[in-house]
Amino acid sequence: MRLRSLQIILWIAATAAVVAFSAMRWWPATDESAAAASAFSPAFALADSEGSIRTTAEFRGKFLLVFFGFTSCPDVCPTTLAEVAQVMDDLGSDAGSVQPIFISIDPERDMRLGLADYTKAFHPAILGLAGSEAETQSAAASFKIFYEREADTSSPDGYTMAHSPGLYLIGPDGAWLRQFTYGTPAADILSDLQARF
Amino acid sequence: MKHFLLAAALILSAPAVMACETVTIGDLTIEHAWSKATIGAGRPGVFYVEITNGGSVDDALIGIATPAAGMPMLHETVVQDGIASMPHAMSIPVPAGQNVQLSPGGYHGMLMGLTTALKEGDSFPVTLSFEKAGEVTVNVDVLSLRAEGPDCADAGQ
Repeated sequence: MRLRSLQIILWIAATAAVVAFSAMRWWPATDESAAAASAFSPAFALADSEGSIRTTAEFRGKFLLVFFGFTSCPDVCPTTLAEVAQVMDDLGSDAGSVQPIFISIDPERDMRLGLADYTKAFHPAILGLAGSEAETQSAAASFKIFYEREADTSSPDGYTMAHSPGLYLIGPDGAWLRQFTYGTPAADILSDLQARF
Repeated sequence: MKHFLLAAALILSAPAVMACETVTIGDLTIEHAWSKATIGAGRPGVFYVEITNGGSVDDALIGIATPAAGMPMLHETVVQDGIASMPHAMSIPVPAGQNVQLSPGGYHGMLMGLTTALKEGDSFPVTLSFEKAGEVTVNVDVLSLRAEGPDCADAGQ
């Protein structure tokens, strides 16, 4: 009988662990209602291309559109940044309320290649940030996103980066609002933002 | 000097821009070849194209070559479990009777080792190698960094 209770307890614990793990793994990838249920405030402290440390605190009062990527990425990253650029153009006089941020997950190489040249080519409003490995990991963890370096002889310098390709919206109070999954049209992002002003 | 020769070869081999030209080889029609401007030559460029197999035999795109890049390769963007990765594609199937697109978020050519930055308005040739149909060269239009698709009246996107 005692064994049986122990078994039940263990099963409950195992189930709870699976649920907790799934929640941690899936919350950022699911829709905004799930994310809203678990309010959290992502945070970063990363250098811009001038070397100044920029933190989430200085952007209070603005919506943040945050994308993690790397500048040697030929397909996903330019597509998303082009959409962000379109959104910024279409926001018109409201553009000042939104700060788009590109966080490099390949900081060493991106700093060498030139981060500001890259982000400005899409839109001058986009702020490129690239910290140390530890600072980048800490920022990614606070957004609950994943990235990793993958060895790949068919990529520049023999490696590429796998990463969460979503675009993340943070509110003026610093709280996570939602994710726009990869491929969300600029018009949809724009109308979502406009409904929040 | 080497770079100068490569650049010269690139310019000479790229005739006047032929926007959205269509080329055929056997049963294959290749059209809407486009690329995006790059910021410098240190980052890879991209190559998109549309291939239609009007025949009854399956074929496959097995490689690309271009004087514009030292190491052009086929890749596929895969988003699985919320993570985007970009595995090397050994070959891209072009099944009989079907239309295959190399387009943003899917299959694409990654042009590594660019000989020169790709500028909007330029064009450069890419030779596609098919398993059965053989090789065919198409001119690729370089569009804006923010382009979302080929700039053709008939591109339908």
